[in-house]
Amino acid sequence: MGIMDFFKKKNSGDVAKDRLKLLLISDRADCSPEVMEMIKNDIINVISKYMDIDVEGLDIQITQTESEGNNGTVPALFANIPIKDLKHHSSSN
Amino acid sequence: MSEVIVITSGKGGVGKTTTTANVGTGLAQLNKKVVLIDTDIGLRNLDVVMGLENRIVYNLVDVVEGNCRMKQALIKDKKYPNLFLLPSAQTRDKSSVNPDQMVELVNELREEFDYILLDCPAGIEQGFQNAIAAADRALVVTTPEVSAIRDADRIIGLLEAHEIRRSHLVVNRIRMDMVKRGDMMSVEDVKEILAVDLIGAVPDDEQIVISTNQGEPLVGNESLAGQAYANICRRIIGEDVPFLDLEIKNGVLAKFASLFKKN
Repeated sequence: MGIMDFFKKKNSGDVAKDRLKLLLISDRADCSPEVMEMIKNDIINVISKYMDIDVEGLDIQITQTESEGNNGTVPALFANIPIKDLKHHSSSN
Repeated sequence: MSEVIVITSGKGGVGKTTTTANVGTGLAQLNKKVVLIDTDIGLRNLDVVMGLENRIVYNLVDVVEGNCRMKQALIKDKKYPNLFLLPSAQTRDKSSVNPDQMVELVNELREEFDYILLDCPAGIEQGFQNAIAAADRALVVTTPEVSAIRDADRIIGLLEAHEIRRSHLVVNRIRMDMVKRGDMMSVEDVKEILAVDLIGAVPDDEQIVISTNQGEPLVGNESLAGQAYANICRRIIGEDVPFLDLEIKNGVLAKFASLFKKN
């Protein structure tokens, strides 16, 4: 039901923003959205072993970040993973 | 001390030439000595937007090839004696000039001008390479559309690869009514996605069409777009100018209120 509400509320500006975010990830990384989706799913699987995470709110992207040296910017994998519960409920499997 | 600014976007039709004309004219209004270079060889446009199309004798390719001296090719603006245009060649192609020649040409102009603005062609081919070769900094123009932002992101990456570290974003053609009802990405959305510092947000203003029809940049006049461009110019010269309130949260009245507030 959450998902249906989510889509009903979505206006075209937000659709554009979400499409762009996904698109730029693959443009910047030179890797396809499918590969990014696989990375995302793997991250979900690994972390879910230890805690409950908000899969809907999970956001991963490749961004530019200042490098430690003086080489300017370097790409970085940025992941924002909201945690629902630090204790893992084994019932959720 | 002169500064060379390239105005680029990747995608065509987002307002590079309009931005070049207005920012150039605005800097001239701030008493800077400015030259605008149209680097779109084969598709000359900046002369028309500036209303100087009837005064062209020589062009950029003539200067590069030594057919004339720089002074002969520079066209003085109608209104501002400290504003000049170096027009592009209409009957040649991009390969007529290479990046080294552009650097040499721009270096010659550095001695005389405070600001040298390079109007970049669309695309990322030779015309783009020529335009960015000599630039110290960049204005990346985009509109709140998926295709324009995607191209802008690519351009920003290419500018970084060419060691142009100072890139600023101009978000053009914002329609606040559409942003308000959620059918257009906001300036904040675009800024967040591209992760580049914003130097200006220009509303979609019919006055732009009128000013282009007349061949007179509108920067500095009472229109919202005119004010937005004037503010961009002041930020370029290093002033800290607050962003115009384009957010017409309270409807049309607020828009008028902000108009009066600025005057």
